[in-house]
Amino acid sequence: MGIHSYAVDEIGHLKENNYLNCDKSLRSWLFTLDHKRIALLYLASLLVFFFLGGLSAIFMRLHLYNVEKPLLSPDAYNVAFTFHGVLMIFLFIVPGIPAVLGNFLLPLMIGAKDVAFPRLNLLSLWIYWLGALVGIIGIINPVWILKYLQGSAISQWIPLDTGWTFYAPYSTSTGAGEGWGTIMMTLAAFILGFSSILTGLNFMVTIHRLRAPGLTWFKLPVFVWGIYATSAIQVLATPVVGITLLLLIVEKVFGIGIFDPAKGGDPILYQHFFWFYSHPVVYIMVLPAFGIIGEIIPVFSRKPIFGYTAVVFSSVGIAVVSFIVWAHHMYTSGMSPFSQAVFSATTFAVAVPTAIKVFNWVSTMYKGSIRFDPAMLYAMAFVFLFMIAGTSGIFLAVLGLDIFYHDTYFVVAHFHYTIQGGAVIGLIAGLHFWFPKITGRMYNPGVAKLAFWLIFLGFNVTFIPQFILGVQGMPRRYAFYLPEFEPMHRLSTFGTFFNAFGYTLAILNLAWSWAFSKVKAGANPYDALGLEWQAPSPPPHDNFVVPPNVEIGRYDYGVPVNLVAQKEVVRS
Amino acid sequence: MASEAKTVEAGAPPVYHHIDPVNAYHASKLGMWLFLATEILLFSVLFSAFAVYNWMYFEYFHDAATKLDWRLGAINTAVLLFSSYTAAVAVYKAQISDNRGVVINFGISFLCGLIFLVIKYIEYSAKYEHGYFPGTSYWNSTEFSAHYKNYFGLYYTMTGLHALHVVIGMGVLLWVIGLARKNRFSSRYYTPVELGALYWHLVDLIWIFLFPLLYLID
Repeated sequence: MGIHSYAVDEIGHLKENNYLNCDKSLRSWLFTLDHKRIALLYLASLLVFFFLGGLSAIFMRLHLYNVEKPLLSPDAYNVAFTFHGVLMIFLFIVPGIPAVLGNFLLPLMIGAKDVAFPRLNLLSLWIYWLGALVGIIGIINPVWILKYLQGSAISQWIPLDTGWTFYAPYSTSTGAGEGWGTIMMTLAAFILGFSSILTGLNFMVTIHRLRAPGLTWFKLPVFVWGIYATSAIQVLATPVVGITLLLLIVEKVFGIGIFDPAKGGDPILYQHFFWFYSHPVVYIMVLPAFGIIGEIIPVFSRKPIFGYTAVVFSSVGIAVVSFIVWAHHMYTSGMSPFSQAVFSATTFAVAVPTAIKVFNWVSTMYKGSIRFDPAMLYAMAFVFLFMIAGTSGIFLAVLGLDIFYHDTYFVVAHFHYTIQGGAVIGLIAGLHFWFPKITGRMYNPGVAKLAFWLIFLGFNVTFIPQFILGVQGMPRRYAFYLPEFEPMHRLSTFGTFFNAFGYTLAILNLAWSWAFSKVKAGANPYDALGLEWQAPSPPPHDNFVVPPNVEIGRYDYGVPVNLVAQKEVVRS
Repeated sequence: MASEAKTVEAGAPPVYHHIDPVNAYHASKLGMWLFLATEILLFSVLFSAFAVYNWMYFEYFHDAATKLDWRLGAINTAVLLFSSYTAAVAVYKAQISDNRGVVINFGISFLCGLIFLVIKYIEYSAKYEHGYFPGTSYWNSTEFSAHYKNYFGLYYTMTGLHALHVVIGMGVLLWVIGLARKNRFSSRYYTPVELGALYWHLVDLIWIFLFPLLYLID
């Protein structure tokens, strides 16, 4: 990148020649090999799908507010929840934290200039865009589009309405394009999965090979460990969904029974393959969020992270156990009691490493000097919400209870507590925490706190009623309900609006602050330890102006000499 | 950025923007092994599907397997094993800076891949003539049991996906041969040769499992 002069001011703000303004052409963005720019392109793409997925959720909740005067037809309702699930899962939260914050922070945190394979990184992004395109075609219904383009008489338009799980044989024989919608969507999942595999592979190699000299494995940030565990799952689980696609195509094109029982196939096999990928996927979503929380809490508690080794091994442990729990989604699908008992036991086992994490976060805060920055508020909300998510998960792991709770709103609430209360809140927390590093500016903390409370309260008002509905027996995916469920549904809809408004406000606040805020952020606005805070804000293309000092322990708060050393690196 | 210098001296490692050549070699190799792991998983799902249906429709599967010609399968196994040997020799030749040796040995592996595909084509067309192929009249008739279709469906899926990997592997070999003809490799730099050979070994390895599973279960 030629020779640049890096004029860093006294707080470590880099006005000229940072990664954002060293080259401003559109081409330099679309063909960038810089992990930081790729992260931002991911962020922009993800937010589009987050918005669209959120919009369809609002339509669903509005519809359920008053089913006497329904807003959507039952068919449209099916399409709405499919749209919501597919977009939020495959296009937003699975790439989610690794693609955005992982990409941006991983090389900074290990003192590298970039990831191991920058070209592969760009390829992942392009593949993601391709997958998004294919997925949208799959949702809209490929056969219908084809007919439309050929100008032939258009039959009734049926978009994908199978839910995000695409259970066979319904998904492969009826609905969008008589199964071709599902095939396109699985193809999209595979293409997106390829993006995910390549990102994961890239990160694993980066962590193995590009750590700064002296930065040993057990000096790595817990976020990097989270990303490492996530990457392992991405690499090992995703091929399975690819092969499922191939089998779907075989069934469709050759008319051979793979999953369709009418042709001698086995629909349960589809569920096994689907969940073998799709259960580990929830850990792809949430493991990096654990890492983010592990980074934020020590900084704002001014205390070393409690039980670093336990945190690290619990991340790895969750990744390992995630591969042997998939059939807990299928207790009611038909399985031998022995297998059910095994999968129930392994599911209980997930609680152990997860609980270790919660204990570590809480113990880190214990007797700390806590500062309630917005990022810290999100982190604390995460711990609270994830406790509810985890304990409700235990209910569902119990064989007897799950027969009752299966496919009720209890599952919906549990899932949203883990994924929205966990992964999404984690992502938002991380975006706030590293915003000064990414942009070189500070956001408005007052608006950020207001947005936080809207999200936190709105989220709970939305989903606590859904727990109650689930216990009362309200099944999920139904467009109508009995009158006794009405109060809770209405309360839930109220909450949705606060929640949605909160997210909008939080994101707009960040966007506005980036564009218009006058408050410069220096290299290290929080007096935090860690390599990424030694680079100027925003970092230059090559990340570091001076080689980072890896001798300063990342979590050694309370050792004054460290902060002094950290400040010296920033100044030099 | 990192625009690899176009006029490098023969056999010199390319110039990387942010990583030294030795580290780049190890990084590439680790990346390749991880990628191979995903490939194994891809096929392992097909193996487990095969196991499930073999268990469900045991008699049909064992009967259907006799319809395959194990001799052709055995020849193909030998062809691929030999091609793996020459691929391994090519890596050694690169390590001793013998670019010509890389061209010859990868060339032999490439030809073996071609022979494999021709034999596979002969097998497929024989199946077509016997009516064991989707779309033929015998296949569509009621005489042909749905469970035979399960077997042959998996047979075509597994061998077809494998053949696709052979084609991709041949493309990789061709690319490395092109580089070797330009004398790009030396004892200091032979990463593409080694990665290409690794991929080719995987293609071979998967066939080693497919052959007994599909041809010899009776």
